[in-house]
Amino acid sequence: MATTVEAGGVREAAFDAAVAADERIEPRDWMPDAYRATLVRQIAQHAHSEIIGIQPEANWITRAPSLRRKAILMAKVQDEAGHGLYLYSAAETLGVGRDELLDKLHTGRQKYSSIFNYPTLTWADVGAIGWLVDGAAITNQVPLCRCSYGPYARAMVRICKEESFHQRQGYELLLALSQGTEAQHAMAQDAVDRWWWPSLMMFGPPDDESSHSAQSMAWKIKRHSNDELRQRFVDICVPQAEALGLTLPDPDLVWNEERGHHDFGPIDWDEFREVLRGNGPCNDERIGRRRRAHEDGAWVREAAAAYAAKHGEAKA
Amino acid sequence: MSSTDWPLWEVFVRSRRGLSHTHAGSLHAPDAEMALRNARDLYTRRAEGVSVWVVPSTAITASSPDEKDPFFASAADKPYRHPTFYTIPDGVKHL
Ligand SMILES: [Fe+2]
Ligand SMILES: [Fe+2]
Repeated sequence: MATTVEAGGVREAAFDAAVAADERIEPRDWMPDAYRATLVRQIAQHAHSEIIGIQPEANWITRAPSLRRKAILMAKVQDEAGHGLYLYSAAETLGVGRDELLDKLHTGRQKYSSIFNYPTLTWADVGAIGWLVDGAAITNQVPLCRCSYGPYARAMVRICKEESFHQRQGYELLLALSQGTEAQHAMAQDAVDRWWWPSLMMFGPPDDESSHSAQSMAWKIKRHSNDELRQRFVDICVPQAEALGLTLPDPDLVWNEERGHHDFGPIDWDEFREVLRGNGPCNDERIGRRRRAHEDGAWVREAAAAYAAKHGEAKA
Repeated sequence: MSSTDWPLWEVFVRSRRGLSHTHAGSLHAPDAEMALRNARDLYTRRAEGVSVWVVPSTAITASSPDEKDPFFASAADKPYRHPTFYTIPDGVKHL
Protein backbone atom coordinates (compact mmCIF):
# COMPACT_ATOMS: atom_id res chain seq x y z
CA MET A 1 0.00 0.00 0.00
CA ALA A 2 2.70 2.43 1.05
CA THR A 3 4.61 1.75 -2.16
CA THR A 4 1.61 2.62 -4.36
CA VAL A 5 1.12 5.92 -2.60
CA GLU A 6 4.81 6.59 -2.92
CA ALA A 7 4.83 5.71 -6.62
CA GLY A 8 1.87 8.06 -7.10
CA GLY A 9 3.77 10.83 -5.37
CA VAL A 10 6.84 10.27 -7.53
CA ARG A 11 4.72 10.34 -10.69
CA GLU A 12 2.97 13.52 -9.65
CA ALA A 13 6.32 15.12 -8.90
CA ALA A 14 7.56 14.09 -12.36
CA PHE A 15 4.46 15.61 -13.94
CA ASP A 16 4.84 18.86 -11.99
CA ALA A 17 8.52 19.05 -12.87
CA ALA A 18 7.85 18.49 -16.57
CA VAL A 19 5.21 21.26 -16.60
CA ALA A 20 7.47 23.60 -14.64
CA ALA A 21 10.35 22.97 -17.05
CA ASP A 22 8.07 23.73 -20.02
CA GLU A 23 8.37 20.19 -21.28
CA ARG A 24 5.42 18.55 -22.99
CA ILE A 25 3.22 15.90 -21.43
CA GLU A 26 2.66 12.98 -23.83
CA PRO A 27 -0.28 10.55 -23.98
CA ARG A 28 1.24 7.67 -22.06
CA ASP A 29 2.73 9.84 -19.30
CA TRP A 30 1.05 9.86 -15.92
CA MET A 31 -1.15 12.94 -15.48
CA PRO A 32 -3.63 14.08 -12.83
CA ASP A 33 -7.22 13.04 -13.55
CA ALA A 34 -8.37 16.65 -13.46
CA TYR A 35 -5.72 17.64 -16.02
CA ARG A 36 -6.95 14.88 -18.33
CA ALA A 37 -10.61 15.85 -17.81
CA THR A 38 -9.88 19.54 -18.47
CA LEU A 39 -8.08 18.70 -21.69
CA VAL A 40 -10.82 16.38 -22.90
CA ARG A 41 -13.42 19.08 -22.25
CA GLN A 42 -11.39 21.81 -23.94
CA ILE A 43 -10.15 19.82 -26.95
CA ALA A 44 -13.60 18.31 -27.54
CA GLN A 45 -15.23 21.73 -27.41
CA HIS A 46 -12.60 23.01 -29.79
CA ALA A 47 -13.11 20.09 -32.21
CA HIS A 48 -16.89 20.54 -32.10
CA SER A 49 -16.47 24.26 -32.84
CA GLU A 50 -14.44 23.50 -35.95
CA ILE A 51 -17.06 21.24 -37.47
CA ILE A 52 -20.12 23.23 -36.37
CA GLY A 53 -18.38 26.36 -37.67
CA ILE A 54 -18.60 24.91 -41.16
CA GLN A 55 -22.36 25.47 -41.24
CA PRO A 56 -22.68 29.26 -41.26
CA GLU A 57 -20.07 29.55 -44.00
CA ALA A 58 -21.16 26.58 -46.08
CA ASN A 59 -24.51 28.36 -46.20
CA TRP A 60 -22.94 30.67 -48.82
CA ILE A 61 -20.96 28.26 -50.99
CA THR A 62 -23.64 27.92 -53.66
CA ARG A 63 -24.18 31.68 -53.71
CA ALA A 64 -20.57 32.84 -53.78
CA PRO A 65 -20.35 35.76 -56.24
CA SER A 66 -17.53 34.31 -58.36
CA LEU A 67 -15.80 31.03 -59.07
CA ARG A 68 -12.69 32.38 -57.32
CA ARG A 69 -14.63 33.14 -54.15
CA LYS A 70 -16.40 29.81 -54.32
CA ALA A 71 -13.16 27.85 -54.61
CA ILE A 72 -11.68 29.82 -51.69
CA LEU A 73 -14.70 29.24 -49.50
CA MET A 74 -14.74 25.52 -50.23
CA ALA A 75 -11.04 25.29 -49.38
CA LYS A 76 -11.64 27.10 -46.11
CA VAL A 77 -14.56 24.87 -45.16
CA GLN A 78 -12.48 21.80 -45.99
CA ASP A 79 -9.73 23.13 -43.73
CA GLU A 80 -12.21 23.55 -40.87
CA ALA A 81 -13.30 19.92 -41.27
CA GLY A 82 -9.61 18.97 -41.15
CA HIS A 83 -9.11 21.03 -37.98
CA GLY A 84 -11.96 19.12 -36.38
CA LEU A 85 -10.28 15.84 -37.28
CA TYR A 86 -6.85 16.87 -35.95
CA LEU A 87 -8.49 17.85 -32.68
CA TYR A 88 -10.66 14.75 -32.33
CA SER A 89 -7.48 12.70 -32.79
CA ALA A 90 -5.76 14.74 -30.09
CA ALA A 91 -8.70 14.18 -27.73
CA GLU A 92 -8.63 10.45 -28.44
CA THR A 93 -5.05 10.21 -27.17
CA LEU A 94 -6.56 10.96 -23.75
CA GLY A 95 -8.64 7.79 -23.85
CA VAL A 96 -12.01 8.98 -25.16
CA GLY A 97 -13.64 7.54 -28.29
CA ARG A 98 -14.66 9.46 -31.38
CA ASP A 99 -18.26 8.27 -31.19
CA GLU A 100 -18.49 9.20 -27.55
CA LEU A 101 -17.40 12.75 -28.40
CA LEU A 102 -19.84 13.10 -31.29
CA ASP A 103 -22.61 11.69 -29.16
CA LYS A 104 -21.91 14.27 -26.46
CA LEU A 105 -22.04 17.03 -29.07
CA HIS A 106 -25.31 15.74 -30.50
CA THR A 107 -26.94 15.50 -27.08
CA GLY A 108 -25.67 18.85 -25.85
CA ARG A 109 -23.44 17.39 -23.13
CA GLN A 110 -20.40 19.05 -24.67
CA LYS A 111 -20.40 22.56 -26.06
CA TYR A 112 -19.05 24.34 -29.10
CA SER A 113 -18.19 28.00 -29.46
CA SER A 114 -21.26 30.24 -29.10
CA ILE A 115 -20.20 32.35 -32.06
CA PHE A 116 -21.54 29.74 -34.48
CA ASN A 117 -25.06 30.22 -33.18
CA TYR A 118 -25.30 33.50 -35.08
CA PRO A 119 -26.70 33.49 -38.63
CA THR A 120 -24.88 34.48 -41.83
CA LEU A 121 -27.41 36.84 -43.35
CA THR A 122 -25.41 38.27 -46.25
CA TRP A 123 -22.34 37.47 -48.33
CA ALA A 124 -20.41 40.07 -46.33
CA ASP A 125 -20.82 37.84 -43.27
CA VAL A 126 -18.40 35.39 -44.88
CA GLY A 127 -15.84 38.19 -44.90
CA ALA A 128 -16.62 39.27 -41.35
CA ILE A 129 -16.27 35.69 -40.13
CA GLY A 130 -12.89 35.28 -41.82
CA TRP A 131 -11.56 38.57 -40.50
CA LEU A 132 -13.08 38.66 -37.02
CA VAL A 133 -14.04 35.11 -36.03
CA ASP A 134 -10.98 33.42 -37.50
CA GLY A 135 -8.96 36.40 -36.28
CA ALA A 136 -10.17 35.95 -32.71
CA ALA A 137 -9.60 32.20 -33.00
CA ILE A 138 -6.00 32.80 -34.13
CA THR A 139 -5.39 35.14 -31.19
CA ASN A 140 -6.64 32.38 -28.90
CA GLN A 141 -4.84 29.57 -30.68
CA VAL A 142 -1.33 30.88 -31.21
CA PRO A 143 -0.47 30.55 -27.49
CA LEU A 144 -2.02 27.05 -27.53
CA CYS A 145 0.82 25.95 -29.82
CA ARG A 146 2.88 25.96 -26.59
CA CYS A 147 0.25 24.14 -24.53
CA SER A 148 1.72 21.61 -22.09
CA TYR A 149 -0.10 18.67 -23.69
CA GLY A 150 1.93 17.53 -26.72
CA PRO A 151 -0.79 16.23 -29.07
CA TYR A 152 -2.94 19.34 -28.54
CA ALA A 153 0.02 21.65 -29.10
CA ARG A 154 0.99 19.82 -32.29
CA ALA A 155 -2.56 19.99 -33.64
CA MET A 156 -2.57 23.71 -32.92
CA VAL A 157 0.67 24.28 -34.84
CA ARG A 158 -0.87 22.68 -37.91
CA ILE A 159 -4.12 24.61 -37.46
CA CYS A 160 -2.46 27.99 -36.95
CA LYS A 161 -0.49 27.57 -40.18
CA GLU A 162 -3.76 27.09 -42.06
CA GLU A 163 -5.73 29.79 -40.28
CA SER A 164 -3.85 32.77 -41.64
CA PHE A 165 -5.30 32.18 -45.11
CA HIS A 166 -8.77 32.10 -43.53
CA GLN A 167 -8.32 35.49 -41.99
CA ARG A 168 -6.75 37.07 -45.03
CA GLN A 169 -9.41 35.87 -47.47
CA GLY A 170 -12.08 37.33 -45.19
CA TYR A 171 -10.27 40.63 -44.95
CA GLU A 172 -9.78 40.82 -48.70
CA LEU A 173 -13.46 40.01 -49.25
CA LEU A 174 -14.54 42.82 -46.91
CA LEU A 175 -12.10 45.22 -48.53
CA ALA A 176 -13.56 44.52 -51.97
CA LEU A 177 -17.06 45.21 -50.65
CA SER A 178 -16.00 48.25 -48.66
CA GLN A 179 -14.44 49.80 -51.76
CA GLY A 180 -17.33 48.75 -54.01
CA THR A 181 -20.71 50.37 -54.52
CA GLU A 182 -22.50 52.20 -51.76
CA ALA A 183 -24.75 49.19 -51.20
CA GLN A 184 -21.74 46.84 -50.99
CA HIS A 185 -20.01 49.13 -48.52
CA ALA A 186 -23.15 49.24 -46.39
CA MET A 187 -23.39 45.45 -46.48
CA ALA A 188 -19.79 45.13 -45.27
CA GLN A 189 -20.41 47.63 -42.47
CA ASP A 190 -23.57 45.85 -41.39
CA ALA A 191 -21.73 42.52 -41.19
CA VAL A 192 -18.96 44.03 -39.05
CA ASP A 193 -21.57 45.68 -36.83
CA ARG A 194 -23.19 42.32 -36.16
CA TRP A 195 -20.02 40.20 -35.73
CA TRP A 196 -17.87 42.54 -33.67
CA TRP A 197 -19.35 41.97 -30.23
CA PRO A 198 -19.88 38.22 -30.56
CA SER A 199 -16.23 37.98 -31.66
CA LEU A 200 -15.11 39.70 -28.46
CA MET A 201 -17.19 37.19 -26.49
CA MET A 202 -15.19 34.35 -28.08
CA PHE A 203 -12.43 34.97 -25.53
CA GLY A 204 -14.74 33.83 -22.78
CA PRO A 205 -15.99 35.50 -19.60
CA PRO A 206 -13.98 38.22 -17.87
CA ASP A 207 -11.05 36.95 -15.80
CA ASP A 208 -12.77 37.45 -12.44
CA GLU A 209 -15.66 35.21 -13.54
CA SER A 210 -13.74 32.57 -15.47
CA SER A 211 -13.99 29.40 -13.44
CA HIS A 212 -11.31 27.21 -15.04
CA SER A 213 -8.73 29.82 -15.92
CA ALA A 214 -6.38 29.81 -12.94
CA GLN A 215 -5.88 26.04 -12.89
CA SER A 216 -5.44 25.91 -16.67
CA MET A 217 -2.78 28.60 -16.45
CA ALA A 218 -0.98 26.69 -13.68
CA TRP A 219 -0.99 23.58 -15.87
CA LYS A 220 0.22 25.67 -18.84
CA ILE A 221 -2.73 24.57 -20.92
CA LYS A 222 -3.56 28.26 -21.11
CA ARG A 223 -0.82 30.89 -21.33
CA HIS A 224 -2.79 34.15 -21.21
CA SER A 225 -5.99 35.23 -19.52
CA ASN A 226 -9.24 35.82 -21.40
CA ASP A 227 -9.11 39.58 -20.88
CA GLU A 228 -5.48 39.78 -21.95
CA LEU A 229 -6.22 38.01 -25.25
CA ARG A 230 -9.37 40.06 -25.81
CA GLN A 231 -7.38 43.27 -25.37
CA ARG A 232 -4.73 42.03 -27.79
CA PHE A 233 -7.42 41.31 -30.37
CA VAL A 234 -9.06 44.74 -30.02
CA ASP A 235 -5.70 46.46 -30.42
CA ILE A 236 -4.96 44.43 -33.57
CA CYS A 237 -8.38 45.08 -35.12
CA VAL A 238 -8.61 48.86 -34.76
CA PRO A 239 -6.01 49.76 -37.42
CA GLN A 240 -7.23 46.89 -39.62
CA ALA A 241 -10.75 48.33 -39.55
CA GLU A 242 -9.38 51.74 -40.48
CA ALA A 243 -7.57 50.28 -43.48
CA LEU A 244 -10.85 48.65 -44.50
CA GLY A 245 -12.65 51.97 -44.33
CA LEU A 246 -15.13 50.45 -41.86
CA THR A 247 -15.97 51.38 -38.29
CA LEU A 248 -16.23 49.15 -35.24
CA PRO A 249 -19.61 49.49 -33.53
CA ASP A 250 -18.38 50.75 -30.17
CA PRO A 251 -18.68 54.46 -29.26
CA ASP A 252 -16.39 53.90 -26.26
CA LEU A 253 -13.53 52.53 -28.34
CA VAL A 254 -10.63 54.92 -27.82
CA TRP A 255 -6.85 54.77 -27.55
CA ASN A 256 -5.64 55.03 -23.97
CA GLU A 257 -2.19 56.56 -24.05
CA GLU A 258 -1.49 55.69 -20.43
CA ARG A 259 -2.31 51.98 -20.76
CA GLY A 260 -0.91 51.69 -24.26
CA HIS A 261 -4.10 49.92 -25.25
CA HIS A 262 -7.54 50.72 -26.58
CA ASP A 263 -10.33 51.11 -24.07
CA PHE A 264 -13.58 49.58 -25.19
CA GLY A 265 -17.20 49.50 -24.09
CA PRO A 266 -18.91 46.93 -21.88
CA ILE A 267 -19.73 43.52 -23.35
CA ASP A 268 -23.29 42.25 -23.07
CA TRP A 269 -22.61 39.13 -21.01
CA ASP A 270 -26.32 38.46 -20.63
CA GLU A 271 -26.48 37.86 -24.36
CA PHE A 272 -23.45 35.56 -24.10
CA ARG A 273 -25.06 33.50 -21.34
CA GLU A 274 -28.34 33.28 -23.23
CA VAL A 275 -26.63 31.94 -26.35
CA LEU A 276 -24.60 29.56 -24.19
CA ARG A 277 -27.81 28.35 -22.58
CA GLY A 278 -29.12 27.40 -26.01
CA ASN A 279 -31.20 30.48 -26.76
CA GLY A 280 -29.08 31.98 -29.52
CA PRO A 281 -30.56 32.61 -32.96
CA CYS A 282 -29.34 29.31 -34.47
CA ASN A 283 -28.59 26.82 -31.66
CA ASP A 284 -31.30 24.32 -32.59
CA GLU A 285 -30.63 24.64 -36.29
CA ARG A 286 -26.90 23.94 -35.88
CA ILE A 287 -27.30 20.85 -33.74
CA GLY A 288 -30.25 19.58 -35.78
CA ARG A 289 -28.27 19.89 -38.97
CA ARG A 290 -25.26 18.21 -37.41
CA ARG A 291 -27.33 15.27 -36.15
CA ARG A 292 -29.03 14.83 -39.53
CA ALA A 293 -25.69 14.86 -41.34
CA HIS A 294 -24.43 12.17 -38.97
CA GLU A 295 -27.53 10.01 -39.39
CA ASP A 296 -27.62 10.50 -43.16
CA GLY A 297 -24.00 9.40 -43.36
CA ALA A 298 -24.59 6.18 -41.42
CA TRP A 299 -25.09 4.03 -44.53
CA VAL A 300 -21.79 5.26 -45.97
CA ARG A 301 -19.93 4.29 -42.82
CA GLU A 302 -21.67 0.94 -42.76
CA ALA A 303 -20.92 0.26 -46.42
CA ALA A 304 -17.25 1.10 -46.01
CA ALA A 305 -16.97 -1.13 -42.96
CA ALA A 306 -18.76 -3.97 -44.76
CA TYR A 307 -16.43 -3.64 -47.73
CA ALA A 308 -13.39 -3.69 -45.46
CA ALA A 309 -14.68 -6.74 -43.60
CA LYS A 310 -15.36 -8.59 -46.82
CA HIS A 311 -11.87 -7.93 -48.12
CA GLY A 312 -10.39 -8.87 -44.77
CA GLU A 313 -8.39 -5.71 -44.48
CA ALA A 314 -9.66 -4.29 -41.21
CA LYS A 315 -7.34 -6.52 -39.25
CA ALA A 316 -6.00 -3.67 -37.15
CA MET B 1 -21.40 -0.38 -37.04
CA SER B 2 -19.97 2.99 -36.15
CA SER B 3 -16.78 4.87 -36.84
CA THR B 4 -15.13 3.81 -33.60
CA ASP B 5 -15.20 0.31 -34.99
CA TRP B 6 -12.91 1.63 -37.68
CA PRO B 7 -9.30 1.12 -36.71
CA LEU B 8 -6.99 3.99 -35.96
CA TRP B 9 -4.11 4.59 -38.37
CA GLU B 10 -0.93 6.55 -37.87
CA VAL B 11 0.03 8.71 -40.83
CA PHE B 12 3.63 9.36 -41.94
CA VAL B 13 4.41 11.88 -44.64
CA ARG B 14 7.57 12.38 -46.69
CA SER B 15 7.61 16.09 -47.35
CA ARG B 16 10.25 16.03 -50.11
CA ARG B 17 12.29 13.45 -51.91
CA GLY B 18 15.46 12.81 -49.95
CA LEU B 19 13.80 13.19 -46.54
CA SER B 20 12.44 10.49 -44.24
CA HIS B 21 8.74 10.03 -43.60
CA THR B 22 7.73 11.76 -40.38
CA HIS B 23 4.68 11.27 -38.22
CA ALA B 24 1.93 13.71 -39.21
CA GLY B 25 -1.00 12.50 -37.09
CA SER B 26 -3.66 9.84 -37.03
CA LEU B 27 -7.09 9.10 -38.44
CA HIS B 28 -9.83 6.46 -38.49
CA ALA B 29 -10.53 4.44 -41.62
CA PRO B 30 -12.12 1.08 -42.39
CA ASP B 31 -9.20 -0.20 -44.44
CA ALA B 32 -5.73 0.68 -45.65
CA GLU B 33 -6.86 2.08 -48.97
CA MET B 34 -9.36 4.44 -47.36
CA ALA B 35 -6.77 5.37 -44.76
CA LEU B 36 -4.41 6.44 -47.54
CA ARG B 37 -7.06 8.51 -49.27
CA ASN B 38 -8.16 10.14 -46.05
CA ALA B 39 -4.54 10.82 -45.15
CA ARG B 40 -4.03 12.60 -48.45
CA ASP B 41 -7.09 14.79 -47.86
CA LEU B 42 -6.30 15.43 -44.24
CA TYR B 43 -2.54 15.89 -44.15
CA THR B 44 -1.46 17.00 -47.63
CA ARG B 45 -3.98 19.65 -48.67
CA ARG B 46 -1.16 22.08 -49.37
CA ALA B 47 1.31 19.82 -51.11
CA GLU B 48 2.99 18.92 -47.81
CA GLY B 49 3.97 15.50 -49.10
CA VAL B 50 5.24 13.41 -51.97
CA SER B 51 4.65 10.08 -50.24
CA VAL B 52 2.37 8.85 -47.45
CA TRP B 53 2.51 5.78 -45.22
CA VAL B 54 -0.40 4.59 -43.10
CA VAL B 55 0.20 2.08 -40.32
CA PRO B 56 -2.42 0.51 -38.04
CA SER B 57 -1.84 2.12 -34.63
CA THR B 58 -2.08 -1.30 -32.99
CA ALA B 59 0.93 -2.47 -35.04
CA ILE B 60 3.20 -0.07 -33.20
CA THR B 61 5.16 -1.33 -30.22
CA ALA B 62 6.33 1.55 -28.05
CA SER B 63 8.76 1.87 -25.18
CA SER B 64 7.07 2.57 -21.90
CA PRO B 65 7.32 6.10 -20.52
CA ASP B 66 7.61 4.64 -17.01
CA GLU B 67 10.82 2.86 -17.94
CA LYS B 68 12.19 5.89 -19.73
CA ASP B 69 15.14 6.27 -17.39
CA PRO B 70 16.47 2.69 -17.22
CA PHE B 71 15.62 2.09 -20.89
CA PHE B 72 17.74 4.96 -22.18
CA ALA B 73 20.20 5.20 -19.29
CA SER B 74 22.96 3.17 -20.86
CA ALA B 75 23.39 5.75 -23.62
CA ALA B 76 23.68 8.63 -21.19
CA ASP B 77 26.90 7.48 -19.54
CA LYS B 78 28.80 6.81 -22.75
CA PRO B 79 30.09 10.23 -23.76
CA TYR B 80 32.93 8.49 -25.61
CA ARG B 81 30.41 7.80 -28.36
CA HIS B 82 30.57 11.48 -29.27
CA PRO B 83 33.44 13.03 -31.24
CA THR B 84 33.72 15.91 -28.76
CA PHE B 85 34.94 13.41 -26.11
CA TYR B 86 38.40 13.28 -27.70
CA THR B 87 41.22 15.78 -27.34
CA ILE B 88 43.14 16.43 -30.52
CA PRO B 89 46.19 18.74 -30.70
CA ASP B 90 45.59 22.19 -32.19
CA GLY B 91 46.44 22.44 -35.83
CA VAL B 92 45.58 18.89 -36.76
CA LYS B 93 43.17 19.13 -39.67
CA HIS B 94 40.45 17.04 -41.30
CA LEU B 95 39.79 15.06 -38.12
FE1 LIG C 1 -10.28 26.23 -37.89
FE1 LIG D 1 -10.50 28.98 -39.73
